[in-house]
Formats: sequence, structure tokens, C-alpha cells
Amino acid sequence: MIIALLSDIHSNLDALDACLTHASENGADRYAFLGDIVGYGADPQGTVDKIRSYVPSGAIVVKGNHDDAVETHARYMNDAAKDSIDWTRKTLSPESKAFLSSLPLVLHEGLMCFVHASAASPERWDYVDAPNAARSSADAAKATYTFSGHVHEQMLYFEISAGKWSAFQPTPGSPIPISSRRRWLALVGSVGQPRDGNPSAAYTLFDPVSEQITFHRVIYDHLAAARKIRQAGLPELHAYRLERGA
Amino acid sequence: MPEQLTPGTELDGFHVGECIHSGAQGQIFRITSPDRGFPTVMKVPRLGASEARENLISFEIEAMIMPALRGPYVPRFVAAGDLTKTPYIVTEWVDGTTLDKLLKNGPLPAGELAPIGAAIADAIHSLHLQEAIHFDIKPDNLVLKANGEIVLIDFGLAHHARFPDLLAEEKRFAAGSVPYISPEQVLGVRSDPRSDIFALGVVLYELATGKLPFGVPATMAGMRDRLWMDPVPPRVRSPQMPPWLQEIILRCIEPQADNRYQSAAHVAFDLRNPEQLALTKRGSKLLRASFFSQMRRWWHARRESVGQHAVSRSQISTTPVIMVAVDTSNPDDPRQPVLRRATAQTLSLSPEYRLICVSVVRAAPVAIGATDDQSASGIHLDHLVRLRHWVEPLRLPTWRLSLHVIESTRPESTLLDFARRNNVDIILLGAPSPTQHSLAWWRSVASTVTANARCSVYVVRIPEPGLPPDSPSTDFAPDPDEQRSA
Repeated sequence: MIIALLSDIHSNLDALDACLTHASENGADRYAFLGDIVGYGADPQGTVDKIRSYVPSGAIVVKGNHDDAVETHARYMNDAAKDSIDWTRKTLSPESKAFLSSLPLVLHEGLMCFVHASAASPERWDYVDAPNAARSSADAAKATYTFSGHVHEQMLYFEISAGKWSAFQPTPGSPIPISSRRRWLALVGSVGQPRDGNPSAAYTLFDPVSEQITFHRVIYDHLAAARKIRQAGLPELHAYRLERGA
Repeated sequence: MPEQLTPGTELDGFHVGECIHSGAQGQIFRITSPDRGFPTVMKVPRLGASEARENLISFEIEAMIMPALRGPYVPRFVAAGDLTKTPYIVTEWVDGTTLDKLLKNGPLPAGELAPIGAAIADAIHSLHLQEAIHFDIKPDNLVLKANGEIVLIDFGLAHHARFPDLLAEEKRFAAGSVPYISPEQVLGVRSDPRSDIFALGVVLYELATGKLPFGVPATMAGMRDRLWMDPVPPRVRSPQMPPWLQEIILRCIEPQADNRYQSAAHVAFDLRNPEQLALTKRGSKLLRASFFSQMRRWWHARRESVGQHAVSRSQISTTPVIMVAVDTSNPDDPRQPVLRRATAQTLSLSPEYRLICVSVVRAAPVAIGATDDQSASGIHLDHLVRLRHWVEPLRLPTWRLSLHVIESTRPESTLLDFARRNNVDIILLGAPSPTQHSLAWWRSVASTVTANARCSVYVVRIPEPGLPPDSPSTDFAPDPDEQRSA
């Protein structure tokens, strides 16, 4: 079994399609979507439909803060993010909104835990952006492998010794052995809105049998995706971020 | 944990044979089957109550890094056991002698030491090219094979840039072997490949003198001494040692990594071509630095910390050796300045790049009664002078440059051999001249070298002047099929 881990898709269907194709070409037979399916991008309906189509074959889907905001009108978001969520709310079908609303915050399977932000208090959407934050999330997840998004970057956190964690910046496309002897927390990267200066879509493959993880970057037409955001009349900032990968 | 392993048992399909090593860290058993086409051994940790964890981390690191390593300088990895149940590692068994055994026969003379040292440097260079650092270079971990190659063993402290460092932030005293570890390792830095060059220098010092340059300190304060301490010059301990060997050894064990050799390939080259080495004060000194100058270094070193030694990952890339093939038989060929310009451009990328200039001249039979000028050595010298003349406009310091005239009737294979033996990263040579036509390329030295080199090859051409802008870009007749489809 090879699991494709996709997070922070943000209504970017072009990027999602590119990652799904890349994943299946590289042997993925299981899919996990780690939240923030919508927000920012121009194709919320198509993105939700695509992800729902993977549910019957056992896909794992958890809720992100943008998915939550469609229902709860998050007050903490900035204006541009809020405008995009208001537009998404109007655009999505009632079934799609019900699907997003039904999603769990955390899912466990075997040695793995799937959660959008920190498992320590998933409803607070805390960022896992340092070894200590990774440790508290993994402690709360009580899992060997914790997979998360929310931070829009790829990073591999790991336990060095009891209570002490470290961070490793992975090289895309290079498999990393991650033995179940120690605990790991992977930030799988953002499919639909990368922010590390590289506009290509990011996702990750995990093989639980050989205990290997491979972080990937996938080139797609990000300029076309940015154009669609402008055409939909959504805030310019979101288009600009896609063009710059920032 | 399993019972202690005994010969005759079977573990995960491996038949365990005789125990060939039993030490504090663990045991090594021969594997009698299955047959892999090469001899294999199983390494099993010794798990007492206290040291268990540390031993297992080194197994975890070996199981992570060894499968990613290639080449003749590391044992082939076969399998690793489940660390939580039956920790073991099965690898190729390398037949040879570890250098600690060699040390028992006393110091080695320079002539014997240089090829062994160059072989160690080759092995380290190959590891660094693969983005890995050994971090435990010492005589016990260097196996000398019958063919003169060195194989590195024991990767329990190693680091690979593409994998998380399981020893990161471990401030343990023993992240390395006390006599050999570099000053930056003492401070806990685990990202600098030049740490292996420091350890190589300590090994060379020990093999040449029978003594350790920094002793075997038992305290952290004693370990920190190597951040500033000037070791006794090896020629004081071995008066027969030639200055070039002291130069090489002392440059390897400079406390500041920036002052050391930046690439193990350069160490190998200097050990193989000592006559080309530019000697500095290092080579000739017979006294340690003065008390006051050592105190000054101590004062600066006392505040040194990890932060000052941070190395970016890009620095793990190598510092290339560039080889240029110069046709000294035709010094006025119009391609000469073009080749020289390309060489200068390539060298300008880093002040650490080294240049090897090679001229292959056809070996001429020496006629009976020939005068000295016409003799083989006279011809050799003549080409060496021309080579020096060719490279002079580049104004390279002598330590960046070496000149070689090689007599051979087969320039292609001579250049290829020379490049491989000297870990050359880039070969520069001229294309056949524009007056020779397309067929000449297939017969040229440039084409054979390009096709068979193990490194990058830059083929330098003179841009052909005077062609009208709308003329076709090649001289080749278009493929008739292609013509039809067009």
C-alpha cells in the first residue's frame, strides 16, 4: 500500500489533478486529504466533487479551518480570506457544504494519525511550525506517524530521544526511511497554495510497509490557476500568491 | 531482546556461521547462506542494560544510510533486522586488513604511506560526492584491500544530507572517536564534510609517526584543546619525513575548516603528485607555534560555538578538480586561446577549484647517438615548458595548479585514465578544428573522451565566423525521411 497525502488544496483543481495523476503514476493506491479543501482558489465545487469521488474507495478526509469557516464564519480570518470563503459559501452546492460540515477533525488508522493542524487541540488550528509544536501534536495524536498540513510547507519532524524533537527539510523526490521505532510528524505541503517561493504543487507519498516517505513537488500550470482566480473576481492577493508561490 | 546469537542458528533466513569479532559494541558473524555471490557478515549489537540505546541508534543510522551508498569504497548492504525485535545488519564482508593492524608494525615511510593515504582520500571523496559524511574515520574503520583500495566501514555515526540526522542535537561526548574528531565535531556540528578531512589528517599523522597529534583527552576541556592547539610538527617525531608530507598532514588538521583542504580529492592528488606540491611554512616548520600565538588562538577559541560553524547544505557539494588537455605539439593552433579562456571561466567559479594541465605527447623512439635535447627526457622537458607557457596567462597560484606531460600513443585512454585516477570532475578539451569536417569528430580524441569519461566534459570550439544568418545550423545532410515529412 502507498498512501498519497494531500493537504491545503484550496479550491485549486488544476493543482489537485496534477498531484493525483503524479501519485497514481507513482503507485499510490490510497488517498488521504488533510483539510483546507476550499478557500482562496477558483474551483471549490470541482475540488469538493473530485475529493468526494475518492471517498467510496476508502479515502481519508479530515476538516481544515477553511472548510470549517464555510459553516462557522470564522472571525479570525483576514478580509481577503473571508471574502473568498463568502464567495465559496455562495458557490458550493448544499450537498458539498454538508460534506464539508460532516468531516472529522482527526482520524486514526493503525500507527497513523491524520489531522489538519496540531492534534493537541485540533479545533484551535494551531500551527505545527517548530520541533516543540510537533512534539505536542504527536503526543496528543498518540501515533507513530502523524500527518498534517496547515503550514503550507514540507517538513519532517522526528523524535531524537524521549521528549526531544528535531526538524528535517526534505529533498523533493528523495525517499526517506522512517522507521516505526521512533515517532515522526510530516507536514505534507500544500497542493493548491505553496508558500515557499516555489509555485509547484506539493504533496507526499508514504509507504507503511517499507516505512518510507517521499515528499514531492509537481509542476502544473499555476499561471492558469491564478488567471481563474482573477476571472472569478476573487481577491488579487490569492492570484498573486499562486504566481509567486509565496 | 533475543538470546545471544550462536553459530549454527538461523535468523530471518540467514544461516549464522562462526563469530569473527567480539567487542564492546557487538559481535560479527559470518553468514554461511544464502549465497549472494559475495561473502556476507551479520553485525549484532551487544545490548547490556546501560548502553543499549546508544548502540541501537548507530544500527538505525547504518540501516538508513548504507542502502543509499554505492561504489567500491563501502561494503554492500544486504539487510537489516527489525530494531525493536532482532537488531542486526547484514553487509558484504570486505577481505583486507584494517589499518590499526598496520600501525602495530610501526610508522610507515612516506613512500608506503602516500598511496594508502591517497586511497583513503579517494574513499572519503566518493562518500562526499554521495552527500554523506562518515564522521568516524580512524584506522579501525579503514580496510586496506589487496588491490590497494580502501573500504570505509562502520557508518554508525554517519550523516546523509537527504536523511534526518538521528544524532542531531545529541550533545554526547562520544559522537566520534576521541583522538580523531574535528574541532567542529567537538562543538556538536554534524554537517561539515571537512570533518572527515581533519580525521584523515590525524590518521596520516599517526601512520607516519606512530603518535597521535592531539593525544587521547579524557575530558571535554581536553577535547576543546584542538580548537586552538598546535600539534608537534610530524617531522619532529619522524625526522626522515619529507616536507611535502608534513605540508599535507598539517593542512588536513588545521583547526579552522576553511584553512584545510576543501576536498578529499585534492588530498589524494597531492599525495599522488608530491613533486607538484607548493610548500608553505607548514612543510618546513620544526617548532610548534609560540606560546603567545597559541594563547591568542586559545583566547579566540574559548567562545567558539556551534553557530559559527554552521555549514549550508550546498557546501556539501564538492570542490572540483578540473583537467584541461593541451596540445603542446601545436602551440600556435588558434584553438589554444579559446581553450584557455574557457578554462579561466570555469576556474573563476570558485577560488578553491584546482587545475590539472595535461599534455599527451607521442612517445618517440630515441635514436642511438641522439643529443640530450632530442632524448626522451629532453622532449618531455620541452613540452613541460610549453605547458607552463600555456597556463601562465591564467596567473594561478602554484597550489591550484599542476602540470603533466605524459608519453603515450593512445591519448584518449591516457586522458581518461588520468582523469579517473585523479578524481577529475570536469575535463576541458578542444574539438577537432573547423577545417576538419564532420567525420573528423567521430575519430577525434574529444569524441572518445566525451563518450567514455565518468565526469563532465566541456568540448571547446572556435565559433565559425562568416556564415550568413540564414544558413543551416549543421553541415550534416538532412535525413531524407525528415525532408519528406517536412
